[in-house]
Amino acid sequence: MSETVEAIDRLCRAEWGRLLAVLIREFGDFDLAEEALQGAFASALASWGRGVPKNLRGWLYAAARHDAIDRLRRKARLASKEAELAALPAGHAPAADELYEETAVPDERLRLIFTCCHPALAAEAQVALTLRTLCGLATEEIARAFLVPVPTMAQRLVRAKTKIRNAGIPYVVPEEADLPERLSEVMAVLYLVFNEGHSASRGEALVRGDLCAEAIRLARLVRELLQEPVAELEGLLALMLLHDSRRKARVDAAGGMVLLADQDRSLWDGAEIEEGRDLLRAALRRGPPGPYALEAAIAAVHADAARATDTDWKQIAGLYDLLVATHPSPVVALNRAAAVSMAQGPAAALPLVDALEEQLAGYHLWHATRADLLRRLGRTNEAIAAYRRAHELAQNETERQFLERRLRELQR
Amino acid sequence: MQYLLLIYEGEKRFANLNKADLTAEMGEYRAFGKEFASAIQGGNALQPTSAATTVRVRDGKRLTTDGPFAETKEQLGGYYLVEAKDLDAAIAMAAQIPGARVGSVEVRPIQKFS
Repeated sequence: MSETVEAIDRLCRAEWGRLLAVLIREFGDFDLAEEALQGAFASALASWGRGVPKNLRGWLYAAARHDAIDRLRRKARLASKEAELAALPAGHAPAADELYEETAVPDERLRLIFTCCHPALAAEAQVALTLRTLCGLATEEIARAFLVPVPTMAQRLVRAKTKIRNAGIPYVVPEEADLPERLSEVMAVLYLVFNEGHSASRGEALVRGDLCAEAIRLARLVRELLQEPVAELEGLLALMLLHDSRRKARVDAAGGMVLLADQDRSLWDGAEIEEGRDLLRAALRRGPPGPYALEAAIAAVHADAARATDTDWKQIAGLYDLLVATHPSPVVALNRAAAVSMAQGPAAALPLVDALEEQLAGYHLWHATRADLLRRLGRTNEAIAAYRRAHELAQNETERQFLERRLRELQR
Repeated sequence: MQYLLLIYEGEKRFANLNKADLTAEMGEYRAFGKEFASAIQGGNALQPTSAATTVRVRDGKRLTTDGPFAETKEQLGGYYLVEAKDLDAAIAMAAQIPGARVGSVEVRPIQKFS
């Protein structure tokens, strides 16, 4: 039985976003749609033990519609609103063991993702709402993944849904003129979800790896549903796949962080790398690369090197030059300096890093990068001081352990 | 002369009023409306700031953020009451207001009482 429960749970989870999207379209109410869909899943658990319907999506949709109408009826009856009661359509509850075959359920997930990632919602609300509605993650799971208390996450979701309703955020795919801007909001949300999963073991590793998978799944979905191909979306998907391909190699058996140079490259996921490369090529053919495609190109150069020593650092430094020129930011400039240190040596990179002090003095990776250059230049005492400062500022336990290891090595 | 009378208060207080106090306060507003009916050209209750969105245009690029206008360096300079089919339409209009290029336009839905 528990196997059936698990199987049903998996099926339901896979269908959640698609069904929710169409129910919100029909009933114009996020909460009602969510409650009704949960009701449908409960009925599925109760009745599918005797046979899973052939068209399970259709079955779930019919059951959820029925549940929603039931709820509206109860509400209207409570408020004795006879007119509203009469206006409600008849709900058809699928028979418990009916092998349900109805017309296809339309796909409204593009509307849903644009509404969840609406710029009038705060970024953290966009992320939470996207994971809850499109991916079907439970509030508890999202809270755990983002290391916030469950009530805080629950309140964040309630506020977001209230704002959608009260402020009149529409449930539509934006018009063509607004599409690029709105799509960049969606991509930013997907990248946030991915990075939250990718940034080394803060919180539970399993849940966080799932975030990467969800971000990739959503990017694939948006790409499928859009009418026209979008180069930056291909670039973003390529970037996520290329970074995700290193997941198994990034942490050692003891849970410690493994730097790119020290990773066992045989652990890299070849299929993800291949797909990432194909997408990147497609993106680059469409025109001058945007920031995601450039980052993906850098990741692809790393993927090309069978051993760390084979890495084409000149090409990577050149790609960072492009990135700094088109999308300047202190962090990008820092990464460029690190690439320059590999292409031309630490002496060439140190002045580039030092020039960023004013902007990045509070950022642990600025100190860690500087420390690494000083270490390679044999300026041990200065390196130790810089590693200490990086250690003071680092929040992430895995990174702190790495810095401690470096300090021990230098003080030997 | 015409004057705009702007009502500032703690929205938490209003949200937490019990039914009796709310009815009493609404009654006072109705009485005010009646007393000054000949002077009042229009007026609305606004939805709380949690429903607000702030729109700015900088370098031709529209910046939309969640929440109310929160700068202390800028002052209220005018208002439009508009009909729009949804928030996107209201934001699009807000971005066309010249003031959006140098200041901010807060888009706040009007409260409807059923």
